[in-house]
Amino acid sequence: MRMGKTLTEKIFSEHTGREVKAGEIVLASVDIAMAQDGTGPLMIKEFQELGFKEVKVPKAFLFIDHASPSPRRELSNSQKLMREFGKQMGVVVFDMGDGISHQVLAERFVRPGDLVVGADSHTCTAGGLGAFGTGMGSTDVAIVFGLGKNWFKVPEAIRVVLEGKLPEGVYAKDVILEIARILGSDGATYKALEFQGSCVEGMDVDDRLTISNMAVEVGAKAGLMPSDEKTREYLKKMGREEDYRELKPDPDAIYEQEIVIDVSKLEPLVALPHYVDNVKRVSEVEKEKIKIDQVFIGTCTNGRLKDLEIALKILRKHGKHPDVRLIVGPASRRVYAEALEKGLIKEFVELGAAIIPPGCGPCVGIHLGVMADGERVLSTQNRNFKGRMGNPEGEIYLGSPAVAAAAAVTGYITDPRRLL
Amino acid sequence: MIRGRAWKLGDDISTDHIAPGRYFHLRNDLEKLAEHLLEDVIEGFAQKINKGDVIVAGKNFGLGSSREHAARIIKIAGISCVIAKSFARIFYRNAINVGLPLVELKETDEINQGDELEVDLERGVVRNLTMGREYRFTPIPKFLLEILKEDGIVNYLKKHGTFPEV
Repeated sequence: MRMGKTLTEKIFSEHTGREVKAGEIVLASVDIAMAQDGTGPLMIKEFQELGFKEVKVPKAFLFIDHASPSPRRELSNSQKLMREFGKQMGVVVFDMGDGISHQVLAERFVRPGDLVVGADSHTCTAGGLGAFGTGMGSTDVAIVFGLGKNWFKVPEAIRVVLEGKLPEGVYAKDVILEIARILGSDGATYKALEFQGSCVEGMDVDDRLTISNMAVEVGAKAGLMPSDEKTREYLKKMGREEDYRELKPDPDAIYEQEIVIDVSKLEPLVALPHYVDNVKRVSEVEKEKIKIDQVFIGTCTNGRLKDLEIALKILRKHGKHPDVRLIVGPASRRVYAEALEKGLIKEFVELGAAIIPPGCGPCVGIHLGVMADGERVLSTQNRNFKGRMGNPEGEIYLGSPAVAAAAAVTGYITDPRRLL
Repeated sequence: MIRGRAWKLGDDISTDHIAPGRYFHLRNDLEKLAEHLLEDVIEGFAQKINKGDVIVAGKNFGLGSSREHAARIIKIAGISCVIAKSFARIFYRNAINVGLPLVELKETDEINQGDELEVDLERGVVRNLTMGREYRFTPIPKFLLEILKEDGIVNYLKKHGTFPEV
């Protein structure tokens, strides 16, 4: 009897040339591989150590997005090494100002059904387009660069059913924070998340990318969305509709577990220090009047045009609190250009924000907004581990662009629904 | 056979704890980066440990960023093995790839700071010599043990030209 397949099993079957199921260890060919400036230099070193002479993966990229433009001499030197390797091997290097790897890959390269690996844990973002994207270490990516393939354990999948319509003031970020609250930081370790349900069907790819981006925060190897008409719309907008194909799990696929969330009951959420699964309702937390010193709107989680628009909807109505430092980082050159064209950047600048170049910005912890001892940052990023943003004596709170904007307005953690 | 003193850590030790992002510029100098190993968890950790010591942690060790440097500097600092209730996926794979032995053991709460431990990876046994106790764990899958035996995937591929048999 032929058993139904999860999206994960379908993609691995296509990349191994035979029918595979969860639990198997397979040698799979990879479509897209990449490393960034934090992991790229070690990837290059191991690529050379392994004696590879050419890059065999169909699409290979290097991204200088983490410490970019370079704040230090040591980093300038390792970035130079990446550019030289790129030239020598014919690998395209996306340099400063081009944007965050995951966003650029989504805009330009990822196709539904692709197997995407990156030396960056948030490579799972590609799941927003129905691809299997997963983070690996530098050595594993070096092997993929050199062989075009690597070994994988086909993961079991958790079906995450999102039903209903998001209430006003509640966004994709709140959905994934709710999933983190339910599953915890290791609830999906070694597994894939596969998202389904009426909320997913109605959701555009920008929002899907936000949710898939944080699959790794519950330990997942990947977080896959179905590829449907919304995917087609996105690819068309990006000028590559020909990359579209419908791809969904079989109705009789076997899942390891199922979680059902009625999103119409959700409220704005916030992750408190120092863990992503330390999630509370903003309506509860705001009673504590937690003062915020800096707000960061950006990153591969929430640095897209839509996110900037959500934040501005609140900020333009109420203005920025004079004591809050507001940093805005568009996720890519494309997002930046669109935001400029729509006048959003001008509005942010006039509201008192500092605009940083497309890239990871202060989320990396070395530049563009390292907080002082005892300070608190509310960020739209995906991680709030102690020291993540460069200072272990500070605190990081995670929320949607609306929660971030609301804090920038009042100076403390505030329910954005009152400010809409 | 691995033998060393236990260093107790808690749950959810992330790669940001192991290799803090503020030392991003030291990633091409792993010896220097290793001096800052876990310093946000235990001040001066790299200076306090002895060669061969064992990290004993709670659940989900190594979560977060894919930085392989984290697994590498644990090894460079002199830690011989990490025992935890569970490991995050990317870290687990990185550790095997760089030849850092890992043990998944449910009973890590029964091990105390400073206990003398002995680990037999192939037989799947942890002995607490201080407490006189012995624990069994599911041995690392053969596929991965082969990689560990060659001190990591790079050495393995250089020697054998292909991945181990599944």
